[in-house]
Amino acid sequence: MAVAKQKLSVPFDYDKYLRKDKLPHIWCPGCGHGIVLKSLLRAIDNKELSKNDLCMVSGIGCSSRTPGYVDFNTLHTIHGRAFSFATGLKLAKPSLKMIIATGDGDAMAIGGNHFIHTCRRNIDMLIIVYSNAIYGMTGGQFSPTTPIGSIATTSRYGNVEPPFDICEMAKAAGATFVARGTAYHTQELERTFTEALGHKGTAVVEVIDSCPIYFGRMNKQRGASEMMENIEKNGTVSVKQVDKLPAEKTEGKLVRGILHRVEKPEYCEQYDKLIVAKATK
Amino acid sequence: MAAKKKLMQGNEACAEGALYAGCKFYAGYPITPSTEVAEIMSVELPKRGGKFIQMEDEIASMAATIGGSLAGLKSLTATSGPGFSLKQEALGYACLTEVPCVVINVMRGGPSTGYPTGPSQSDIMQAKWGTHGDHPAIALTPAYVQEILDETVRAFNLSEKYRTPVVVLYDEIVGHMREPITIPEPGDLEVIDRAKPDCDPEDYKPYDDKHLIAPLAPFGEGYRFHVTGLNHKEDGFPTNDSEMIDINNRRIMQKIDDNIDDICKNDESNLEDAEIGIFAVGSTSRSAKFSVNAARKKSIKAGLLRPLTIWPFPDKAVGELAEKCKVIIVPELNLGQMVNEVKRVAAGRCEVVGIHRVDGEPIKPAQITELIEKYS
Repeated sequence: MAVAKQKLSVPFDYDKYLRKDKLPHIWCPGCGHGIVLKSLLRAIDNKELSKNDLCMVSGIGCSSRTPGYVDFNTLHTIHGRAFSFATGLKLAKPSLKMIIATGDGDAMAIGGNHFIHTCRRNIDMLIIVYSNAIYGMTGGQFSPTTPIGSIATTSRYGNVEPPFDICEMAKAAGATFVARGTAYHTQELERTFTEALGHKGTAVVEVIDSCPIYFGRMNKQRGASEMMENIEKNGTVSVKQVDKLPAEKTEGKLVRGILHRVEKPEYCEQYDKLIVAKATK
Repeated sequence: MAAKKKLMQGNEACAEGALYAGCKFYAGYPITPSTEVAEIMSVELPKRGGKFIQMEDEIASMAATIGGSLAGLKSLTATSGPGFSLKQEALGYACLTEVPCVVINVMRGGPSTGYPTGPSQSDIMQAKWGTHGDHPAIALTPAYVQEILDETVRAFNLSEKYRTPVVVLYDEIVGHMREPITIPEPGDLEVIDRAKPDCDPEDYKPYDDKHLIAPLAPFGEGYRFHVTGLNHKEDGFPTNDSEMIDINNRRIMQKIDDNIDDICKNDESNLEDAEIGIFAVGSTSRSAKFSVNAARKKSIKAGLLRPLTIWPFPDKAVGELAEKCKVIIVPELNLGQMVNEVKRVAAGRCEVVGIHRVDGEPIKPAQITELIEKYS
């Protein structure tokens, strides 16, 4: 059988990290958020991080419900401000290992200012943007990453606004690790998260995800599997291949993989090194 | 040891009080007329193992302040009218999630950008009703530089004790006034730290309704719990159970209502035989005190009730005043906020009249004296 030939993953104990009594989760059938969480938990395990040190902070939206399901120190805050709550926590207690769960609306619209300044400070945290180009929790309104022309409940005639490129935004704002993954390429996403968790500074990982219930239904992508196929075949191209492929094969596609990685002083370390050292001299 | 006397500005005294109370975290955004608080904290906190951060806006400042507190540090932010408006959603989050923190609002003229360098008392109602939903509110109203120090310490104490944000409201005049004050020595003033759990982490419930106020574990110390702004159960996780929602929503109010006598604090002068009562806070109460003294010299029986806690409202003290006076005069630097509360409590037992000013000038003793003499 074909399946038998595939390299199967080592059995993995997800229960170790989940609050099992809080399941089932609220995500709709076909939503990719659970897949993203799975890759994250495997990456956390790869890095052997302590649950007592892990702190997951989120804002509002479907993706922001992630903290409720993981057995860490967890904070579900208000719309768009997860970065700021997390900045306070991290500065007050630098031993915390911060992970932000946010969405394209939470991070790019209402939280845009905080996103930019968090990247600029290069404070040590992993920001995961579950990017499905729609406001799912409120029933399918267009977001700052909705493609032009797409239908949403507030863009019935087609969206007229150009979308943000989250990764370009993160890089421009000063994030020192920027990557893009998808809910389809799960092993690649696990590797990306593992790298991101090992990075010192602000790491942004945009995960291209799908919302079949709202985005798909309104945009003639009728099923979850169809949307996943679309991510695989039409949506993205690996950063390793992008330069080798002819232009017509990469045009309009988002590039997957680690897009930007530089070493720069991290905020909390700089605080101790520059401010505390001078203040206590 | 001789008491340490110092000439100090109101905002400096605020920072001094915060440090005395053990504040170790400050997140803020520059805004007139409160900025001195941030400036001093930025210098002093790093010397004392604390953290200061200037955030990108007022909303982020409030959020980071709550974050600092959840990490276990006593946390402060300071602002003024427009910034106080921006902080309101996160302030409500702190009320529901029961995260202690202190918010200083040095009141300036409004609405909108208003008169940034002028005094006002127009955020009295915002301090009570600024954020959406029913929620507990504690707000303190110091009127002297010494009091700003003392009341900032008390604000931290109440916040830590009741696991709720506490607002300190003082007008720009008091914030920028300089007066000689006594810096308390360690031990002179009570300093309260939040209760921490001593149970097994497995058994920890951050909103355990066995307690009116449950102990709060800092993040990162083995108590892995969940905090959400959704209505939640005693374990901190969201719930749609109407009974649980009701219990929690009522409990966060009850913890204040049941402790009004501990939270309320008033300064009374010449009230024993008063027939004309004045109810005033902040700089206005200083004018009122002058007028009361002047009236007494003319044998007019005037007295002053000066609340240091404006929220919860001092119903008991105002009720007693309404019983004995023929009139309560309420001078305030707004167009009528406290006066309606006084009318509510007086409930027709005496006349209640306001003196209101929104031109950026203080209410002067002559204005109050004129009314006292009219009723004498």
